[in-house]
Amino acid sequence: MQTPVATKRDMSFAEVRGESAGTSAPTMAPKIRIRNLDFFYGSFQGLKHIDLDIHEGMVTAFIGPSGCGKSTLLRTLNRMYDLYPGQRATGEILLNGKNVLDPGQDVNALRAKVGMVFQKPTPFPMSIYENIAFGVRLYENLSRADMDNRVEWALRKAALWDEVKGKLNQSGLSLSGGQQQRLCIARGVAVKPEVLLLDEPTSALDPISTAKVEELVHELKSEYTIAIVTHNMQQAARVSDYTAYMYLGELVEFGLTDEIFIKPKRKETEDYITGRFG
Amino acid sequence: MSNSTALYRKRTRTNQIALLLSTGAMLLGMSFLAWILAVLLYKGLGALSVSLFTQPTPAPGSEGGLFNAIVGSTMMVGVATFIATPVGILAGVYLSEYGRKGWLAPTTRFINDILLSAPSIVIGVFIYTVYVAQVQHFSGWAGSLALALIAIPVVVRTTENMLNLVPASLREAASALGAPRWKVVLQVVLRSARAGVLTGILLAIARLSGETAPLLFTALNNQFTNFDLNGPMANLPVVIFQFAMSPYENWNSLAWGGAILITFGVLCLNIVVRTLFRKKI
Repeated sequence: MQTPVATKRDMSFAEVRGESAGTSAPTMAPKIRIRNLDFFYGSFQGLKHIDLDIHEGMVTAFIGPSGCGKSTLLRTLNRMYDLYPGQRATGEILLNGKNVLDPGQDVNALRAKVGMVFQKPTPFPMSIYENIAFGVRLYENLSRADMDNRVEWALRKAALWDEVKGKLNQSGLSLSGGQQQRLCIARGVAVKPEVLLLDEPTSALDPISTAKVEELVHELKSEYTIAIVTHNMQQAARVSDYTAYMYLGELVEFGLTDEIFIKPKRKETEDYITGRFG
Repeated sequence: MSNSTALYRKRTRTNQIALLLSTGAMLLGMSFLAWILAVLLYKGLGALSVSLFTQPTPAPGSEGGLFNAIVGSTMMVGVATFIATPVGILAGVYLSEYGRKGWLAPTTRFINDILLSAPSIVIGVFIYTVYVAQVQHFSGWAGSLALALIAIPVVVRTTENMLNLVPASLREAASALGAPRWKVVLQVVLRSARAGVLTGILLAIARLSGETAPLLFTALNNQFTNFDLNGPMANLPVVIFQFAMSPYENWNSLAWGGAILITFGVLCLNIVVRTLFRKKI
């Protein structure tokens, strides 16, 4: 419902950022374009007419109180809901211009491009090495040496290599919670997706591990488009370029993180961010 | 104050009575178990010898062992496990992973529960009718088949239960990488439940090794050592049954020896199962 406003502001932001910050300006066409998205859990409507653009090479944060639909929105982007009968989405989610909600869309091919990391660390019951190789083998037939390189590359990306390089054959479950979560990020990165979805990736982690994951998000965004759901307002402010505030299945406000946090347009957003509500 | 002291005394007395009753019930149960084990050890230990494992069942009054019965039991339980494991695991996977919608899974689960509690003699008679009576002779194959039918529902049930314990987040994580369903189930879900599934198989084996009724109608018995599953086969439970009923002293003693073998075999399996589970937790 806020799309016209948001789009206008995006444009101006692109110009501002292009000259002042010197970082790459967002491309004109967004990586993911969500239009009129509705989502249903059986007869309950979890998302209502969502219009939202997710920009390439940027971090977009979804914030809002529990049950507002931010995780639901994230889970429509890789059609995670397909696993459960009775859940369905209507509308358009255009990834590179192609509607991923199309019944003809191969969900496994979609998930190859749109990776996901969950709230709770979910290492597979296999070695650290195999945890990474599992995903890679789904798409590529690498030689042992190439696979070794890929595993190291992914673990380095996730800032985990130095901690695990001597014990790649140990079970992924033997790692600490923070390490497990970075292993899951490495696993997601290893298959070289275009978009990375993070569903409250640090809510089960201690502050030090959280800082490491946030740093990681910062480094990964130059190569991946990232969408992150978080309950932690400071985290959204720290890591994201854009923020979407959601409430009761609706998108209340969307815009530059700096603007949302410093001068939100809507009263509801301000109340939530300042802690008067939620 | 005196009032509350009276109340307190009453509660203490009630507690003592409850404790006494439950301890008594526990002692009653344990004493029978201890009695059985004591008799088993007292009567059976004398029968344990090298020849028990090396010689076939003897004629009344002569020397012998249980070699043929041990061979027969091992082979039939082995074949039955070999049949029941894949069938049971696959059915359990279907019930837990694929049968979320529709009528097939609930129906299968219901029938499986009936099979699980079906008297084993019924299964013996069933195999007798559809197999033994058709080919006109008792055989190790028929025995294996009857045992497999007893094992399958056990494996199905434990597999389903163990897979249900695997958190949905693990399935989601594997699916989120773009893994097809069968890979998610085979390489992630089943793998993380493997200790539990293995436990189910071992418990099924433990149950099979003591079954007598289904073998009476199918494998019958054989006083000679026989490695051919197509002929009648000796097996520990039926040998124990026949030897224990006989008037011959050496047969009775061998029956006790067989009983000890089965009991401690099952005990060992249970210990293996418990250590497996402890590792998992």
